[in-house]
Amino acid sequence: MAGAATTLHWHGDHASKYESRSATREAPWVKGLILGLSLTFFAVFLLLPLVAVFVEALRKGLETYWLALVEPDALSAIKLTLITAAIALPVNLVFGVAAAWAIAKFEFRGKQLLTTLIDLPFSVSPVVAGLIYVLIFGAQGWFGPWLAEHDIRIVFAVPGIVLATVFVTFPFVARELIPLMQAQGKEEEEAAVVLGANGWQTFWHVTLPNIKWGLLYGVILCNARAMGEFGAVSVVSGHIRGQTNTMPLHVEILYNEYNFAAAFAVASVLALLALVTLVIKTWVEWKAAQAQAAIEK
Amino acid sequence: MSIEVRNIRKQFGSFTALDDVSLDFPTGELVALLGPSGCGKTTLLRIIAGLESADSGSVLLEGEDASHTHVRERQVGFVFQHYALFRHMSVFDNVAFGLRVKPRKERPSEAVIRKKVHELLELVQLDWLADRFPAQLSGGQRQRIALARALAVEPRVLLLDEPFGALDAKVRKELRRWLRRLHDELHITSIFVTHDQEEALEVADRVVLMDHGHVEQIGTPEEVYRHPATPFVYGFLGAVNHFHGRAEDGQVRVGEDLLHRGQDALALTLDQGAPVVAFARPHELDILPGEAGNLGVAAKISRILAFGVTARIELDGVNGSSGQHFEVELTREQVERQGLAEGQPVRLVPSRLKVFEQKGA
Repeated sequence: MAGAATTLHWHGDHASKYESRSATREAPWVKGLILGLSLTFFAVFLLLPLVAVFVEALRKGLETYWLALVEPDALSAIKLTLITAAIALPVNLVFGVAAAWAIAKFEFRGKQLLTTLIDLPFSVSPVVAGLIYVLIFGAQGWFGPWLAEHDIRIVFAVPGIVLATVFVTFPFVARELIPLMQAQGKEEEEAAVVLGANGWQTFWHVTLPNIKWGLLYGVILCNARAMGEFGAVSVVSGHIRGQTNTMPLHVEILYNEYNFAAAFAVASVLALLALVTLVIKTWVEWKAAQAQAAIEK
Repeated sequence: MSIEVRNIRKQFGSFTALDDVSLDFPTGELVALLGPSGCGKTTLLRIIAGLESADSGSVLLEGEDASHTHVRERQVGFVFQHYALFRHMSVFDNVAFGLRVKPRKERPSEAVIRKKVHELLELVQLDWLADRFPAQLSGGQRQRIALARALAVEPRVLLLDEPFGALDAKVRKELRRWLRRLHDELHITSIFVTHDQEEALEVADRVVLMDHGHVEQIGTPEEVYRHPATPFVYGFLGAVNHFHGRAEDGQVRVGEDLLHRGQDALALTLDQGAPVVAFARPHELDILPGEAGNLGVAAKISRILAFGVTARIELDGVNGSSGQHFEVELTREQVERQGLAEGQPVRLVPSRLKVFEQKGA
């Protein structure tokens, strides 16, 4: 994750420089070996599965494929996945910016702790993340009786799924912005305030434009994970067909029922969403590099 | 507008940045806050601006206590060392920023803003750069834009934090002169922070010398240079020779020699044996050839650097003042006339000398 900010401003031609200098040029067999290894790995572990998903999905023809997707349970899973992402994204956008702002621009007690905690969702197993919510909101959990009394369902319902997703995807925006905002310092904000700008004007006209590409990048990664999350969601979902199944869960159910064509059909939609995300991500990177180049020209 | 600071204290953890500082900045003057890094000058400037708050003490703007006025309402212009231009905005938008963020009632129309921004850009002679972005400008241009941006809101005072600190020597010299001219045109009360003594002496009406959170001396450039009030000021302003020694019968003994001022013995009223340090500028030292005689301090010429009109002669102390190094400035003619050569033993006699008792030695 930490490398993402650097990727964003990477300008490209390092490799050719590296090769044209005799000091850093490798022998042809070394180059061939490394290239062969990485390409083989890439083909076997990345490309092959991706192709397999689409091949398997379409094995029984377009009609079966289409029917597997428009079937009510599948549609409901797609809808739930989109809803979850649509809630988790703005929430993490706001909290991510706030957390990054707090860490990069203020001094306060416990800052180190907060910085470490932000990574917690990455370091803890998603299953544990899901379990936390069951323990807190489940029937036997801390708030279980109270919630039951008031007829509020969190676990094994949509709110639980959203909570688990928000938890798992929290670090993406914050981790992306912290190094960026730290590097930029607070002089520009100070300049804005001295010139009479209020807090909102400073954020909108000075801070946000400076972080927008990093922010967008974080949001895209966050979105990819929100739609694809399996572990944490699986624990809190309860796997109720047509109600609490997200797409990854739906794929698993279909697969366990030996309904391979349908399972791969839904999986292919997930894969497609991932590909779209990657395309947007690449576009953002390219756009950011262009903006940078235009400014530095 | 006049600025007054009273009994300002500021602590960062266990580090005392400002220790009971009180200063007056009269209307229309250009004042330099001069001192080594860590002396508290930037902190003081930021407290005056309202970007930092003092632990105790007050800031008075035009006689009114502004200690609790938000930086937004203080109407100060601030110029940062690293420009702090808004990097995603064009030069024009940067300068217009302060006008555009005004509350709707006070905000001028876009046409007025346009006119005003172009006036300011003309003032800093960069009107032709209006559509560029900060990253496309040179350092000197950026700082001029930063100044135009600060002036756009018609600040009552102008505060500059090491404004030329990030520029190379040539541009820095140009901008100094330019800032002085600009100040003579606008007569806005200005304070600028610098660690460069040449810059302070050349540009400012008055110089405030600071060290370790204290004000050491205030005066015109002429005053502080010619009559330094403390050893710190002496050492900080311009090149200077130190003679470390002890008081002895109203004189200063340096190693085995007695320090003279010209032909006269010094008549000091210091405790016998008190450690003292005497200061003389390089041009205030005369070189007498030969080891003989007992005038002044014995030394040996180690190097003669003669590039321009003046020659710089570097000497090492001998006779118990060994380990001390001295520097003398003479004209090249004098060097030739006296036939000075490297390795030659000589004696040093200051024509002007200032002796301070050394504290804590």
